[in-house]
Amino acid sequence: MERNPMRRQLQVMRKSLFDQGYLDEQFVQLEELQDDANPNFVEEVVTLYFRDSARLILNIEQALERKPFDFNKLDGYMHQFKGSSSSIGAKRVKAESTLFREYCKSGNGEGCMRTFQQLKKEYATLRKKLEAYFQVARQAGPMETACRPK
Amino acid sequence: MVFRESGYCSSRNDAFPTGLRVLVVDDDPTWLKILEKMLKKCSYEVTTCGLARDALNLLRKRKDGYDIVISDVNMPDMDGFKLLEYVGLEMDLPVIMMSVDGETSRVMKGVQHGACDYLLKPIRMKELRNIWQHVFRKKINEVRDIESLEGIESLQMTRSGCDLFNDGHFLGGDDTTSGRKRKDADNKQEDRDLTDPSSTKKARVVWTVDLHQKFVKAVNQIGFDKVGPKKILDLMNVPWLTRENVASHLQKYRLYLSRLQKESDIKNSFIGMKHSDTPSNYSTVNLGLHKPMKTMPDDVLNGTYSFSVNNSLAQSVDLKDQGDRNGITSVPMTEAKGALSKDIPDSHKTKSSQMSFDNSLGSVDSGVSFASFGSTTPARCSWTEIPEIQSKQEYEPLQPEDGFNQLPLPETSMIAKEVNRKRTEVKPLFDEYRSNLVEHLSPADLVDSFPVQNKTQMLKSQVFNPISGTKSSMKTEDISQNCPADSDFAQRNLNAAGIGVPLASFSEDLQICWLQGDGYPINFALQDFDCSEYNDPTLIAETPLYLYDAPRFDHEHLFDSSEYYAIDQGLFT
Repeated sequence: MERNPMRRQLQVMRKSLFDQGYLDEQFVQLEELQDDANPNFVEEVVTLYFRDSARLILNIEQALERKPFDFNKLDGYMHQFKGSSSSIGAKRVKAESTLFREYCKSGNGEGCMRTFQQLKKEYATLRKKLEAYFQVARQAGPMETACRPK
Repeated sequence: MVFRESGYCSSRNDAFPTGLRVLVVDDDPTWLKILEKMLKKCSYEVTTCGLARDALNLLRKRKDGYDIVISDVNMPDMDGFKLLEYVGLEMDLPVIMMSVDGETSRVMKGVQHGACDYLLKPIRMKELRNIWQHVFRKKINEVRDIESLEGIESLQMTRSGCDLFNDGHFLGGDDTTSGRKRKDADNKQEDRDLTDPSSTKKARVVWTVDLHQKFVKAVNQIGFDKVGPKKILDLMNVPWLTRENVASHLQKYRLYLSRLQKESDIKNSFIGMKHSDTPSNYSTVNLGLHKPMKTMPDDVLNGTYSFSVNNSLAQSVDLKDQGDRNGITSVPMTEAKGALSKDIPDSHKTKSSQMSFDNSLGSVDSGVSFASFGSTTPARCSWTEIPEIQSKQEYEPLQPEDGFNQLPLPETSMIAKEVNRKRTEVKPLFDEYRSNLVEHLSPADLVDSFPVQNKTQMLKSQVFNPISGTKSSMKTEDISQNCPADSDFAQRNLNAAGIGVPLASFSEDLQICWLQGDGYPINFALQDFDCSEYNDPTLIAETPLYLYDAPRFDHEHLFDSSEYYAIDQGLFT
């Protein structure tokens, strides 16, 4: 049991992220990659993800403003976004991406729009949670080891 | 796990090879960062690239700089499959595709384009740990291919005779493949024009001389730097040929070229080296006349032709220590061989395919003896001391760059050129030789006589025809007959050119000397001659290509009997 209160809090936050399905196994993979050579690896990757994916979100947004929808293009963008999201284990965001692509394939503009809104919400929530998480992590100091979500 | 021929070797207790050089291509910066870290954790050497274009540049800049490429399927500047194609063709590296999309159709497309694996994102560490297997597998397969080619019937002789043969072969790793393949083809279809892609297994196209010629022509037309299988295919206009066939052939062609390049470099360094080692100072000059594999009668074909002239010449010429000049002329191959026999394994002797140009012959250096165009055979065979050099030298003439652009069609110039390529030391000699040769032989003849290893095929068929016509005596017995006459000439030439193989007589001898050699390629012409005729790298380079799928770019190949099928045919028709 983690003695340091900060670390304990961190563990709680982490567990919650997994339990609520915000993150999946991939996140653990990232944690396992973190080592002395890259002590802030996970945070760096996550930061990179949010920065890069923001661009993709913008592209999709703009594409959705042009009517009629170019489903191919939309699908392409979302494919990229999904790939990116898979890199940090953003589970919920990924699920929304998959759904969006389904709608694209079936040419369902409405479905696309709806799903996109949902996706943006999940995306924003994840971002907030992870930012908070890393803030605590920085204060708590290095974790002993990465542990799998129970 | 230890990699035999690779640079990275894991002697640690790790399960995989450390230091594997991986190039990762992905437009997603997040993935690039993650993959880099993952691969580093595997103890691999990682280079990342955000654009396919950059990746290709990197790969081209350092041809041997990477062992494996991992690329995403979707990239902004180029389709991942296209990159895959380029890499496979140009660099012949294993490529792993990645994507978040695991649809069967996509995966299939990847495999069709030649990907050795298709990974789904998110990628796990354990998947990356195992990528070394693709590199290893590729090497193993290459070796296997080469070996399969090796086993050609004509080769047997050589093989039996020289243990070295097999060893030496692997300079490039491709030789054997073609050899064996060729052999099989020969067995199957007694006919020179093995253009039967359908009968062979999928993509086992037999690259006959003609076909290869077309290929090279197309490549040259397009411009070596700009080639692509599709373009080549279009230009070649061979209906049954598929893009994949061309792609794999192109790949080999490139490998071949680079190998030639390497070899010629090595060869240069060897010239004159071993020479002194040979007890008899004979360096078997491989005239590079490979014995025609194909349908040549056994006696003729057996393997390489031992250039009887060689024997006589060698002896007459120089003979440094031989002092058996007279004997040379009339020395039957076997005898001559005897002199050399020291270096030659028994089997060889019988075959007498060695053209033993005494390296020691006068000024000719080991280079001379290495006429064997890249044929490792002779080297292997018996040249105890010469083997490496020989093979190396053989390679020399094959200067890929030049040659290839010139597209040789059997022409003496080709061979000469090839030979000329790096033969600085023996140059003067060769020039002389060449001139002699030229006088006496028509380009076609020259070509024939000097089996340019690679080109030989083409040359041979053409060149040899005339020769073969005249020579009924491709047998050993004849050699002795012919030798005497030539010996003088040979002597003269040898002295002059240091090669000991008078052109005029050479050609004749050549004919005569087409003994069923063990397969000593009679490279002499190639190697030592600075004959411009032989200089056509293209010619040389192309020869090996006629092998089935695996062009044997190596000189060594030349000596494979399989390789010489074309040659043989021409020679012995």
